[in-house]
Amino acid sequence: MSVVVLCAALPGLDPLTGGEVLVAQNVAFAVIGLTMVAAALRMVTTTNVVHAALYLVIVLAGAAGLFILLGAEFVAVTQVLVYIGAIVVLFLFGIMLTRGSYGTDEDVGRERHLMAALVGVLVLGVTAGSLVDTFRDAELARSAPSTAAQIGDSIFGQYIVPFEAISVLLLAALIGAVVVARSD
Amino acid sequence: MLLNQFLLLSAVLFAIGVYGVLARRNGVLVLMSIELILNAVNINLVSFAAFREAVPGEVFALFVVAVAAAEVGVGLAMVLLLYRNRRNIDLTEIDLMRG
Repeated sequence: MSVVVLCAALPGLDPLTGGEVLVAQNVAFAVIGLTMVAAALRMVTTTNVVHAALYLVIVLAGAAGLFILLGAEFVAVTQVLVYIGAIVVLFLFGIMLTRGSYGTDEDVGRERHLMAALVGVLVLGVTAGSLVDTFRDAELARSAPSTAAQIGDSIFGQYIVPFEAISVLLLAALIGAVVVARSD
Repeated sequence: MLLNQFLLLSAVLFAIGVYGVLARRNGVLVLMSIELILNAVNINLVSFAAFREAVPGEVFALFVVAVAAAEVGVGLAMVLLLYRNRRNIDLTEIDLMRG
């Protein structure tokens, strides 16, 4: 696991045994998971839009931490670069450019919130029930983190066609955004 | 670590995102909630990649990140256009096509 690699790289630190690594991973997961859920809840309930964007940063950084925990280091780095570096900045630009929405997002009405919460709880109940029923106590036992070389081989080998499709999609979205947002 | 602890966390984030999309009426906040949903999907993909010790799950997580970037670009352009035409971005007031 990546934690093993990390501990081995630190000089003067005794290598952890398998059980200790597992405990460390579970503690890290609990901390990251609780932070993410708390930040996500604050994000969808806060009235200040700029604060919501900053809470989104916490959730995205937590997801990057989870990816490292899962041994997907390249995805974690991409998450930080693209999501936190680019998409959140884009959101902040969107907030600043739409000044009417800047300060607060006033309350919509109790009924709408209740219905939305009901739908959320139902979605959670159905997914959680089926997940617990399907995977019960399946263990994650990855022997080594995946490398960027493996991912590169996979993207430019087996998945070259979806990759090209994504490239065209990004180009189309770029042109579309410019055309839609142009002022005349 | 269990596979389920990651999947359940991702389900919680997904449900919070669904709540955000349905309950908020600020266009930018709705787009942010959609990002939350896509992120939950990404956690699922990477967890299954780790579970099966396979790389394709991570490749598709990267594809989801790229699609999310495209989606935010177009979505924010639309919100900007909305603001320019109506001076606010309240999604509940867009009812031109209501019958």
